[in-house]
Order: sequence, then structure tokens, then C-alpha cells
Amino acid sequence: MPAAAVHSAPQNVPSARVQAATEDSPIVRWSLIAISVSFMALFVLIPLAAIFAEGLRKGWDTYLASFTDSHCLAAVRLTLLVTVIAVPLNLVFGLAASWAIAKFDFRGKSLLVTLIDLPFAVSPVVSGFIYMLVFGIQGWFGSWLADHGIQVMFAVPGIVLATIFVTFPFVAREVIPLMQEQGSEEEQAAITLGASGWQTFFRITLPNVKWAVLYGVILSNARAMGEFGAVSVVSGHIRGRTNTLPLHVEVLYNEYNFVAAFAVASLLALLALVTLGLKTLVESKLHSH
Amino acid sequence: MPLKLSLASLAAVALLAFVGCKPSSTSDATGGQGGAVTLLNVSYDPTREFYSEFNRSFTSHWKEETGQDVTIEQSHGGAGKQARAVIDGLKADVVTLAIGYDIDEIAQRTGLLPTDWQSRLPHQSCPYTSTIVFLVRKGNPKGIRDWNDLVAPGIEVITPNPKTSGGARYNYLAAWGYAQRQNGGNEQQTREFITKLFRNVPVLDSGARGSTTTFVQRGIGDVLLAWENEALLAIDELGAGQIEIVVPSVSILAEPPVTVLDKNATARGTLDVANAYLQYLYSPEGQRLAAKHYYRPQEPEHADPADMARFTKLERFTVQDEFGGWQEAQRKHFADGGVFDSIYQSK
Repeated sequence: MPAAAVHSAPQNVPSARVQAATEDSPIVRWSLIAISVSFMALFVLIPLAAIFAEGLRKGWDTYLASFTDSHCLAAVRLTLLVTVIAVPLNLVFGLAASWAIAKFDFRGKSLLVTLIDLPFAVSPVVSGFIYMLVFGIQGWFGSWLADHGIQVMFAVPGIVLATIFVTFPFVAREVIPLMQEQGSEEEQAAITLGASGWQTFFRITLPNVKWAVLYGVILSNARAMGEFGAVSVVSGHIRGRTNTLPLHVEVLYNEYNFVAAFAVASLLALLALVTLGLKTLVESKLHSH
Repeated sequence: MPLKLSLASLAAVALLAFVGCKPSSTSDATGGQGGAVTLLNVSYDPTREFYSEFNRSFTSHWKEETGQDVTIEQSHGGAGKQARAVIDGLKADVVTLAIGYDIDEIAQRTGLLPTDWQSRLPHQSCPYTSTIVFLVRKGNPKGIRDWNDLVAPGIEVITPNPKTSGGARYNYLAAWGYAQRQNGGNEQQTREFITKLFRNVPVLDSGARGSTTTFVQRGIGDVLLAWENEALLAIDELGAGQIEIVVPSVSILAEPPVTVLDKNATARGTLDVANAYLQYLYSPEGQRLAAKHYYRPQEPEHADPADMARFTKLERFTVQDEFGGWQEAQRKHFADGGVFDSIYQSK
């Protein structure tokens, strides 16, 4: 909206010419804007800047040294490993689920949709405990797993499971509405022209939703790297082995190593900023389609 | 079609990652004799700095003795939470926790170690001890000298939650023991004293380290009830300019015990090195390092006299003598519906 229109919108101008969203006086509008901007600054920008300021308090050398610590590198590796496993699995699941939900009718469809949303509704800590109840040594499959020498909890598989759980809905939630909106006419046309199921999927369905898929992947990637609650329950907090980046930040903070804690936190913040940038880019593609 | 390609490659990566992660996690679980060996020490909150240095010392000691490389992995957290993780299957070779009760729980619920574990090492399996002291703001502006100053109106006391923190249970029992002495054993008056004390507690953190950061970093409260080692460390790490220690007239003997989880260590082939690791805590070097990191060593003659000078002499009663042991103390005070519940709910 051009700034001039905001300034010169008196109350009795015919509505067709008025571009402002409200008829309220400029004082009201500008004070609303001022409130939201200062709120943003107070609760988002200042804390974000504080993370970097604290991390850099003792200079670049100390800042960079925080990342070369072997435990920090192990945390980075573990976080990447978990993300690389969890995100593709959720991509495959999310696509399959949205395809089924958007393009077909079947019994229990609404139940499936509700279940997909479950991880959003459940507190991450609870989801960690759910896995503990199932796979912990005192849990349902605990003794069977122990007898076969498989360690799920307090090891990489448990962390992957917890991460998959909390990032489960992201792809499906993005893709389902778009697929539903698009309907299945194009697919039906392709099939009447003799395309096989896979051809239809890869040539019609997938290209139609690719930006929504990418958007979902970015969101689930961000959450996978940043998840704390669920992972904290199943990790066991073993330094250098089962600490992910967010857990490593907590460990450093608890050891009075504030500079390193904020340095590693700033790494997570940077990842988040990159994610936001990508998200905005994809969003604009999504709307232009 | 670019997207088709990337989807296929992503799926391939997922498959590879899954296949790749399985053998590594199973070899983790079995461990190995011979070659290099890893030990997992599951410990409580304030031992981080001590074990970090002790582990380096033991690693080179073991290398000299046997030629074997040993890596010691650490996990820290509130003692109750850590015990819970071991019960749920965290494969610790040794546990070094805040109170014997938590190790009793592990023994009873999992059978990973015999129930008479505490008699296996000298000094009831406690290579070092500590006590509970007060941390106050510089210059002691509220004039806090002893336990009875904590119940004065308007004093804010910071302590973690006795339900989740071992250190907090020591805080509570220390105050209880003091009050019993003052009141000539009149339990009704002692309950009133403790009730007043907890009325002055604005926030209960879940672990000792959380309470220390609440008090020191966030500047909440007039007095922090803390492990002596945690208080001394906080002054060292966070600046003597802001806070100082007050040692009360009487306090509790804090006995953090250590033990090997036999079944885990046997399964992983680490029993020998795990036993040697704990024995090393009792060695002159282990005792010296404990004192350096603010724990009171069982054999002070091995410690640096300068380190020993930091410990103020005071009367310390034991959980055994005053409360009939941890099982009894837990049942009466901290179990659901126990004295702590009734006190804190009547707040």
C-alpha cells in the first residue's frame, strides 16, 4: 500500500478510492503499527540479537572455538543424521497420505486426517514418554528388544523416532489442502489417455504440488533440527553420543559455559533464519503458481 | 523432471541412513573386550566439572596400567531423573548419584546390581562427601547466619524441588534436623518451622543447577540452599563480587554414593575397567581431585591443604542417625502424601 494513501484517507472519501483497511484515524492506525513493531522488537528482535551478542562477547576466536569442541561437532553430526533420516521418511509418508486423502474416498478418512494432526496437539514431552512406554526397557517391547541386543531408547533410533513423531504432520498438512483444491480432473484425464498410476503421479500430481511439498519439507527440517522436548526424554544426555544441538546448548548453559552456549544457540538461530529465507522464497513461488 | 530425481535420491538417502544406523547401534550395545573401551558414567548435576577432570586423569592412569584406551562418556541431570533413565534402560556402566535412595530404586526395579551394593566399596560407597550451606548476596544484606533466619517474614529462599532433586532432599532434611535440635525433638514444632521455611520459597526448580542459575544469574531470592561444592563452584565461576557463603551452625552430611551396574558392565565386557574406575576415586589422586572440585574427600591427607582450607568445620548429622536411613526418610517425607506434600499444599 502506498504511504500517501494511508496519510490522505479522510473519513468522507467515497469507499472506492479508499485503500486503507480501516476508517479509523491515522493516530489509531499509527499507534497500532507502533505497538506491533515495538512488541516484535521486544519479544523477537532483541532476544535474537542478544543470542549473537552473548555468543560474541569474548570475541570471534572464542566464538569459533565453541564449534571445534569435539562434543559440539558430535552434536552437529547427530542432528544432521537425525534430520537426514526423519525428513525424507516424513516426505514419503506425507505425500502418500495426502495423495490418499485428497484423491480417493475411503472409510476412516477423517480418522486418518485427525491422527495426522495428533503430533501437533500432543506436547513433545508426552510424545517422548509415549516412546519410552513402548520401547523403554520397562515398556511393552523393552525386554524383547533387549534380548535381541537392539537399543532403541537412549540411542540414535529413539532420537530418530521422537523426531519423526514431532515432524510427522508438516508435509501432509501443506500438501493436502492444495491437492484437494486441485481436484482429480487432471489425473482422470491422464488415466483416460492411457497413463499408468506411477506416470500419473510423477507427471501430473507431483509437479502440481512440488512447491507445497518443498514448503512442508523446509518446515519439518527446521523442526527436526530444533526439537528439544521429545528428544530430551529419549536421549539420555550422553555427551558426544546422544546430545543433539539443542540439548548441547542446555548442557553448555548448565556448565556455566555461557559464551559457548550462546554461540551454539546462534548456530541454531542462523539455521532458523536460513529456513525463513527459503520459506519466503518458496512461498512466493507457491503463490505465483 | 527434476523433482522425480530428487525424490528418488532422497528415498535412497533415507534407506542408506536406516541401513547404516543399525549395525552401528548394535555394536554400541555389545561393546568389546580387547582394544579400546568406553564407559558410561551416569551422574547428577553438580559433578560435571569434577568428573570432567577425573575422567582425563583415569584415562591416562588406565593406559599406563594396562595399555588399554578407555573413553568415559558422561550424562548429567537431576539425580532422580537420571535414576529414572537408568531404570528405563539407559545403559550405564557406573552410576554416581546424589543419594543412596536413587541407587536402591535402580537395584529394586531392575536387578542390575545386588541390593547390598552400598557395602561393596569403602565408606558406604561414598568416596567424597559434602554438606548443605547458604549462598547469600554480597555483604549478606539480610543478615542471614543460621537456619532460623530463613523463616523470618520477607526472606526469599531458593531451593529445588525435593520430589525431583537429591540436593533439595538434603536441604529439606538439613532444615528438619536443625529444627528438631532446637525444639528438643518436638515434631509438631519442627513441622511448623519447615512450613514457614517453604512459605518463603517463591520457585521450586527441578534440579540443583537450575536453582543456582535462578539465584545467581536471574538474581531471584535472598538466600540459596545449596550443596557446599555447588556454592563454592558458583563463587568461582560467577564472581566472588556478587555472592558469599554462610555456613550454618549445624547441617547434614551429604553422602553421594557410587556403584557399578554389574549386569550392564558384564554384558558390555567393561566390568574390570568399571571397578577400577570407581576404585580410582579412593586413590590419592582421586581424593585430591575431589577436594580440588570442592567435595570433602574421605582421606583429607591426600588433598592439597589449600583446598582443604576452603571447608569450614561444622557439625554434620547423617541421614542414617537422624532419619533412620534413606528408605525411611523417603517414605515419611517425600513419598506421595508424605510430610512434604502436606506442608507444600498448606502453603
